[in-house]
Amino acid sequence: MKSVPSSSYRKKVIVIGNGMVGQRFCEKLVEKDNHNEFEITIFGQEQHRAYDRVHLSEFFSGKTVEDLYLCRADWYEAHHISLHLGDPVVEIDKFKKNIISALGVRLPYDYLVFATGSQPFVPSFLGADKFGVFMYRTLEDLEGITAHAFRARKAAVIGGGLLGLEAAKAMMDLELETHVIEFSPRLMPRQLDETGAALLRSKLEHLGVTIHLNKDTSAIRGKDKVEWMEFTDNTELETDMVVVSAGIRPRDELARQAGLKTGPRGGIVVNDQLQSSDPSVFAIGECALFEGMIYGLVAPGYEMADVVACRLTGTEKVFKTYDMSTKLKLIGVEVASFGDPFGLDTAHSPLVFEDRMRDVYKRINVSEDGKKLLGGILVGDTRSYPMLLQTYLNNIALPRELETLLFEPPDSGDRGAGVMSLPDSALICSCESVSKGKICAAVTDHGVTDIEGMKRCTGAGTGCGGCIPLVKDLITESLKKQGKMVKQAICEHFEYTRQQLYDLIRIKELKTFEEVLYAAGKGSGCEICKPVVASILASIWNDLIIKQATIQDTNDRYLANIQKGGTYSVVPRIPGGEITPDKLIIIGQIAQKHNLYCKITGGQRIDLFGAHIHQLPQIWEELIAAGFESGHAYGKSVRTVKSCVGSTWCRYGLHDSVGFAIELEQRYKGLRSPHKIKMAVSGCVRECAEAQSKDIGVIATEKGWNLFIGGNGGAKPQHAVLLASDLDKETVIRYIDRVLMFYIKTAEPLNRTATWLNKLEGGLAYLKQVIVEDQLGICSQLEAQMQQTLDQYYCEWKAVVENPQLRRQFTHFVNSDDPDPTVQFNQARDQKFPESWTA
Amino acid sequence: MRKEPALTKTLSITEEGKWFTACRTEDVPENGGACVSYQDEQIAVFRLATQNLWFATQNLCPHKRQMVLSRGIIGDEAGEPKVACPFHKQTFSLKSGACLSNQELQDLKTYPVKVENGFVLIYVN
Repeated sequence: MKSVPSSSYRKKVIVIGNGMVGQRFCEKLVEKDNHNEFEITIFGQEQHRAYDRVHLSEFFSGKTVEDLYLCRADWYEAHHISLHLGDPVVEIDKFKKNIISALGVRLPYDYLVFATGSQPFVPSFLGADKFGVFMYRTLEDLEGITAHAFRARKAAVIGGGLLGLEAAKAMMDLELETHVIEFSPRLMPRQLDETGAALLRSKLEHLGVTIHLNKDTSAIRGKDKVEWMEFTDNTELETDMVVVSAGIRPRDELARQAGLKTGPRGGIVVNDQLQSSDPSVFAIGECALFEGMIYGLVAPGYEMADVVACRLTGTEKVFKTYDMSTKLKLIGVEVASFGDPFGLDTAHSPLVFEDRMRDVYKRINVSEDGKKLLGGILVGDTRSYPMLLQTYLNNIALPRELETLLFEPPDSGDRGAGVMSLPDSALICSCESVSKGKICAAVTDHGVTDIEGMKRCTGAGTGCGGCIPLVKDLITESLKKQGKMVKQAICEHFEYTRQQLYDLIRIKELKTFEEVLYAAGKGSGCEICKPVVASILASIWNDLIIKQATIQDTNDRYLANIQKGGTYSVVPRIPGGEITPDKLIIIGQIAQKHNLYCKITGGQRIDLFGAHIHQLPQIWEELIAAGFESGHAYGKSVRTVKSCVGSTWCRYGLHDSVGFAIELEQRYKGLRSPHKIKMAVSGCVRECAEAQSKDIGVIATEKGWNLFIGGNGGAKPQHAVLLASDLDKETVIRYIDRVLMFYIKTAEPLNRTATWLNKLEGGLAYLKQVIVEDQLGICSQLEAQMQQTLDQYYCEWKAVVENPQLRRQFTHFVNSDDPDPTVQFNQARDQKFPESWTA
Repeated sequence: MRKEPALTKTLSITEEGKWFTACRTEDVPENGGACVSYQDEQIAVFRLATQNLWFATQNLCPHKRQMVLSRGIIGDEAGEPKVACPFHKQTFSLKSGACLSNQELQDLKTYPVKVENGFVLIYVN
């Protein structure tokens, strides 16, 4: 940690506003403050610390306040920043250089930074303060809207611009009848021309939004709350709530009060160093007025924050006119607008494409000599936007066939090649200002190979996410340039895909890792290829895996799940989640005897934690004696088949879901695969077993069973999709045999069925052809191979318990019988817990 | 409170120390590892049979300070013998003890190893 000089020697920076731009400024200043010269104090009006206002609407689609915060609550303290929330600055004395806050805090400053942002512009009409009228700006606004929406049926949004349509989407998400009121004759008047706006309008109306153009609100009426709106053309609209989103006004009242120069229509006047008329006072973001312009997007705000942080820490940097191109997805309609969308500034020839069948409109403005792109509009299909924007921003010479600009080249596998023609200076991620050069260097110099790695390395793609397709193309192309094929080889030891290796092992009948390495690989292998080969060997031959213990991933090596501290957890199989009281008691007795922590799993089983490695065979000997089998909770294999109660007890149940779940679990138990496989069976459409979140889901219907595949929970939840309906049990099993074997043969390592299906060329339609219609003619082979593997099943733990030589593998030391002396347990809630990580 | 095992620097045979008989060769699986106890130390012994090499390092993974390295998968990276920690797959050179996956992690202590008459001997302080 840096040492902290005593405060009197440090320059005091006060930041007014803890929004996105104010926060970014603090982060940048902390990052560049190598000599610890600055002491930062933040005053924010809202009760919340800085949050992601750009993605505010996601609040309505399930994100929580926590998800939206830009940093952890302890970030400020960790960087010695004092944060005053809910306490706006109310007075500035720029001669004495101090401020007073609403709660009476008086502080001196060396530098003052305005990041006060903007507030919604409220047109002056009657009733704007009525109960049920909301702004669309802060978390508080959104919480108010959500609360009010419970009692509302209809909502009207004033403003048909960018923000207004965003608000309209939120109203749709709240399942309200949504109306948009726009003053001008078209939607998004600053971004779209008449044709583009008309297309957008028809698409939105198709989605159920009612659009009112040329409407000027004169009053909002109602007794205690909003009941109807009146317009200047003497028309009326009944509504239960009104959301005002008719533009923004810079928050400059405090600056004006302090005698700083402001613009005639608002905004703190700044120079290219973001300095106001007082050189020790700066303004950044939406409150700053630069060359007569307010920048209402986050990217230029971030750039301003960076400029000020640079200047304070001694680096020369100035703010230049910023590109205000935008792309957004509105309620399922993609819209983009860049450069000069109307071609008003320069003589130009527009190139227009309109497809009324698909509701697509594209217009680009090209300079008269046909050499330069000036701007454009895209509605309905924005796939070419990233490349068009780059062409425009970097002044790239246009091709002779201008129409190619309007279309994505067909998927020839060379889709990304065009991005490599961009100059290194081309700004790809404008939120984090990451250039093409930096992205390519991350691949060539830092070994980045995927988007996640790129986010960590450069920050590209972590803002609005709009640049991600371009970034992905750049990664792929940079890798290709290095001669690396993307995701082809398993690792440096095997230049095969998993599928190729699978076929090779089956055809050549290879049985050990050494044989596979000798036949198809080089070197000594590693932690990537060894488990992959181990999994393939197990899927095909189903031999006892710990005969080759050292190629197994951690959990498979000891047939248990490693936990903190290096002890293991044990999960006996409880098929379908059905268990007798006797067996429950025995699990309890065994847990008690060996002092194991107990927890019910999400898969309707019981997990016993905290077993030392040497205890495992003994615990299993007792479990097996009581009739239990391995639950394979440790394997990339079939785990459990969850079930609801089903028709035997439940008054809604159509069929016996428990019985079928047990049948499936008994059939597929122990089957090893590229990743874990979870299944569930529900007895009716109420779906209590949550089968649609499983790799294989079966749901009872009046006529039989519906079969779903490709669902999972986890970090990226995905619902399963319907493969076939109203099947009898035998057909369900036949289809599962086929799907699972096809998955096992063709999936990449550690891809679950959802990812596999997403990547499968032709998708679900193709899978149906293969599995249901047997168009490849492989179904009988798939079924036979599945049967061959399943016939080999035996309980792995039984094999170990009965074999003294295998049992001996279960010790911590080879030269002592002692358990690991460093393992320590603590006690909480009447059970034991391991010591938490110390590093 | 858990006893923190000391992380001392890598041993070389020139320093004062002695050879300690750790285990028999068959106690260590081919292309795998095993843990031996020596006084207060836990030492991971590895046998890279594909290259006919033996290695010994501390058993403690410096990442989360867990006594598990002997249970890791071993192999090589561009010819450099390595072990991967079972917990988070941090990889370490078996020769130098340097972390290959995360430069910020401490190096492992390594020990000279030799095999005589079917026994594995490790050089310790």
